[in-house]
Amino acid sequence: MGRRWNWLPLVGFLVSVGAFLSYFFYFAYFPTTRDFPWLNLLLFALGLVLLGGGLRRAFGRPERYRGRISGPVFTALSVLVLGVFLLYNFSFSQQLPAAAAAPRLGAKAPDFSLPDKDGQEVKLSELLQSEGTRWVLLVFYRGYW
Amino acid sequence: MRGFEKNLEEFKKRGVRVVAISVDSPAKNREHTAQQGYTYTFLSDEKAEVIRRYDLLHEKGGPGGDIARPAEFLLDFSGAVRWVNLTEDYRVRARPEDILKVIDGLRTAEPPDQAE
Repeated sequence: MGRRWNWLPLVGFLVSVGAFLSYFFYFAYFPTTRDFPWLNLLLFALGLVLLGGGLRRAFGRPERYRGRISGPVFTALSVLVLGVFLLYNFSFSQQLPAAAAAPRLGAKAPDFSLPDKDGQEVKLSELLQSEGTRWVLLVFYRGYW
Repeated sequence: MRGFEKNLEEFKKRGVRVVAISVDSPAKNREHTAQQGYTYTFLSDEKAEVIRRYDLLHEKGGPGGDIARPAEFLLDFSGAVRWVNLTEDYRVRARPEDILKVIDGLRTAEPPDQAE
């Protein structure tokens, strides 16, 4: 009688990978799940619980379950994925230049002229004067979509 | 960016012109806005000159070089900054709903004779 296949480490690893990818491809699009990635951290926790269960099976009941090699390997890979996720979310994305000389409250925003998507020049001062405009909201973003 | 489109009617109602600025080219913006269905203004600062003038340059922050760090400025008709948000984390940006609340706060704070 052979030992049973231990599916928990593999599933735990897949859940961890899912926790990683789903942030960038889905949850990052919604402020409530983007600003603090609680849903993805929960998924990671679930992945680790599954991995823990898998390791307990593999090492606690080796006569019944396999996975003494795959268990640690999948666990190590999952921890690595979690590490990259934490590094990105709690360190990398916070490494921004200070913008100490950016226009402050009450300061006049420097005028500029830039082309829109059709190549038409748009001048800030003209935009501010245009009919029906009371406010201009400038949204600087990272680009590279 | 999607949030601004979703709330665009609310911005328009308040006389707010939403203008997005990045280092992406006009062609890229054309493609991106068409794909996402964005109808507000997207401007291209390919050499990051304006971004630099606003001290928002994030050197080598993008795959192809310099980009802007995220930031939002609300200007009144005189061009004065009435509200600004410089995030400390580029994942965390101002929510359009919160900006609308700020605008409503500023509007009611104005004396009636100046509120046209």
